[in-house]
Amino acid sequence: MVDVTVIGAGVIGCAVARELTRYCLDVCVVEKETDVCEGTSKANSGIVHAGFDAKPGTLKAALNVKGCGMIPELARTLDFAYRNNEALVLCFDEAQLGGLRELYDRGIANGVEGLELLTPEQVREAEPALNDVAGALLARTSGIVCPFEMTIAFAENACDNGAVFRFDTTVKGITRDGSLYRILTDKGSFESRYIVNAAGVYADTIHNMVCEDKMKITPRRGEYYLLDKEVGNTVKRTIFQLPTKMGKGVLVTPTAHGNLMVGPSADNIDDKENTATTSGGLASVKERAGLSVSGIPFGKTITNFSGLRAVGETDDFIIKESAENFIDAAGIESPGLTSAPAIAGYIADIIVKKDGLHPRSDFIETRKGVKHFAALSREEQNELIRNDPAYGNIVCRCETVTEGEIRDAIDRTLGAKTLDGVKRRTRAGMGRCQAGFCTPKTMALIAEKYGIPLDSVRKN
Amino acid sequence: MREFDLAVIGGGPAGMAAAVAAKKKGLDNIIIFERDNVLGGILNQCIHNGFGLHTFKEELTGPEYAERYADMVRELGIPVETGTMVLNISPDRVVTILSSGRGVEDIYARSVVLAMGCRERPRGALGIAGYRPQGIYTAGTAQHLINIDGIMPGKECVILGSGDIGLIMARRMTLEGAHVAAVFELMPYSGGLNRNIVQCLDDFGIPLKLSHTVIDIKGKEKLEGVVVAEVKDGKPIPGTEEYYPCDTLLLSCGLIPENELTRSCGIAIDPLKNGAVVDDRLQTSIPGVFACGNVLHVHDLVDHVSAEAAKAGESAAAFVRGGSAPEGRVIKLIPKNGVKYTVPNSFTAGSLDDEPHIRFRVTGIYKNAAVVIKCGEKELFRRKMRVMIPSEMQDLAVKKDVLAAADADLEIMTEGDIS
Repeated sequence: MVDVTVIGAGVIGCAVARELTRYCLDVCVVEKETDVCEGTSKANSGIVHAGFDAKPGTLKAALNVKGCGMIPELARTLDFAYRNNEALVLCFDEAQLGGLRELYDRGIANGVEGLELLTPEQVREAEPALNDVAGALLARTSGIVCPFEMTIAFAENACDNGAVFRFDTTVKGITRDGSLYRILTDKGSFESRYIVNAAGVYADTIHNMVCEDKMKITPRRGEYYLLDKEVGNTVKRTIFQLPTKMGKGVLVTPTAHGNLMVGPSADNIDDKENTATTSGGLASVKERAGLSVSGIPFGKTITNFSGLRAVGETDDFIIKESAENFIDAAGIESPGLTSAPAIAGYIADIIVKKDGLHPRSDFIETRKGVKHFAALSREEQNELIRNDPAYGNIVCRCETVTEGEIRDAIDRTLGAKTLDGVKRRTRAGMGRCQAGFCTPKTMALIAEKYGIPLDSVRKN
Repeated sequence: MREFDLAVIGGGPAGMAAAVAAKKKGLDNIIIFERDNVLGGILNQCIHNGFGLHTFKEELTGPEYAERYADMVRELGIPVETGTMVLNISPDRVVTILSSGRGVEDIYARSVVLAMGCRERPRGALGIAGYRPQGIYTAGTAQHLINIDGIMPGKECVILGSGDIGLIMARRMTLEGAHVAAVFELMPYSGGLNRNIVQCLDDFGIPLKLSHTVIDIKGKEKLEGVVVAEVKDGKPIPGTEEYYPCDTLLLSCGLIPENELTRSCGIAIDPLKNGAVVDDRLQTSIPGVFACGNVLHVHDLVDHVSAEAAKAGESAAAFVRGGSAPEGRVIKLIPKNGVKYTVPNSFTAGSLDDEPHIRFRVTGIYKNAAVVIKCGEKELFRRKMRVMIPSEMQDLAVKKDVLAAADADLEIMTEGDIS
């Protein structure tokens, strides 16, 4: 028996698990995939939204603004990549300047600080690569984060504080057994006092196992382009477009690690596993992004990917105790990543109040990530190599990732088991050659660690 | 700070040939930096034959060819530091290297030869729609997995792109027991050498389908199949889609010179070939820094790489010993219709070789056409060419006097129709 079972090891599940380990609770995270961060959390824009988008009074608005304020400090304590690069919302048509003003007012109502309406001249000066605009909204608190690092940081810290992660485990059913839930999985069943449903696009499936009122989550696919770091400084800020009658618009942004990212499209689909890109989706992204920046060097694309947003029916996050001791974190679409730490606090509060809990004194607040060799000073690099020569051996040339980093990623708490797991922890394989050179070497390191033949090493 | 007369960046065929040539020209204090643990570069995984016909007048495998040069390096006593990655080259030729043994270290080089080679264009850069499952490899990665690591990427294979490595791997996969359904090529002509189409596809009954491409990739975690369509004007033709079940998709869709160090050093890049702008001594825009091999432009034959690299090594030796810039006017060589790029980008009138070489590629298939070099309206040079195809690098030896006669920049072009 455990106290709380969190279903889903995405950014929400991992953040909730971490928050709950502040208290004397047995926390278990159940995940159907092999690793954390395998669903929506691995394929999104990585934006820390300022919070001017959501309607005032909604959970989205409150948790977004709160989360945006928490992430800079969390990035330090949990050691993940974050940059406060600011954002601009572009308006191309003078007739729509009212819409920009509305966005500004909404931001003020939501408590967003540092908003300012800019003139076309100010925009040109701030971002010379942009096309001509009628005006723009500047959001100074907006930032970018590495979504993998952030999710993994929450997970590792939760694990260090005692949370148990069960991977490759699919929840097949949930029954109520007195005051306990019995969670039936493909790897056996167990009992839990509380359940937190953080199952992303499958949150409806889990919810409907327990609750009378049925829920529907629609996967909304977003397709992206990721471009070479060589053109990562095409724009400094995250560039949004004011929604027009042509659609919601796409963003152009540097990533936390210095690539340029363009996307996403937005198509509602039926298949919750369909993360394929489509020629139509990619073409529409290209075309719409051209509104903001006409000279995006798409010839420098290093990969395309797509992710699924978990869209509910209420136009707001669904975070509540939907049945006795069963708490939904459903419909967590954008700005879910930004809101994650605030959502975690909100959900922990529900359980803490019901159980009358007090924080543990031995909670470990901080976590150190994989040391990124390339980001260190010369002195730090040489210190590292002196202590472990594996840091002097480059495995991934494009991102300058050393054998030492890959070994750390495999050996550490909730260590990587697959090539993608290594990639998300170290960036090995995430560069311009897209793992052409490092694949065999990384495979060998994984095979060595787990004592498996080379051809049993999986990509994902 | 350690100092060298010449630092060679890369110990593949280009780097070794450059070092050997510089040494033979009397340069003593040479170092080769190689990131792998052995010399040879990509040749080590090219275990097929066909190397060395020009250089050694015999047919060798890749590792054998590499070994010939590695032996020369050893016999000449040229020091090599393997397991060493070059992190940066500054415009004043301070080279930052990284190795397990020495950590991060700056060295000073009086001359530098860039010989970093090239990499393959990955799936992500091709914009193919679909999933990103296990089972998609560039042909070179698959070659490494089979020939070095001894593991098979899969059993049922489709190859996209008809570059030479793709053709070689079609044969290799077949010999190792896999079934290769076909090689698909987007362009109406092959990206690889004719001899490889004959020896690697025709001899094994593997179809080469020109003007075809992969338009969708099926299988979320493991590759299940690809959808292929015929292409016209770069666009898939509706109704021509065909599904090929497969567990392996190999990509041989172009090679990209690895010029990240070159760029960060501030060296001018010629976008037509994705390599440094070089003069007839293969010197880049930064004095004392030379480039050769696949980092300068992608070659078809290693024999050509060795010849070009020897020139770079000799030039580096001359630079270190003479130090002075060559005399005379700089004549630019500008590629015009039908010529994609040239090496070199310019000549210095006063220091021309007796028979300077112009290497270039054409943009389409030309039969019974000509290559013409003009200076303004004046035609300086003309040579009839029976066949010129994009996959075969052209190498023209031009008499010194022809170029020395130029009083302005030169234009090089094809004459004749694309067939």
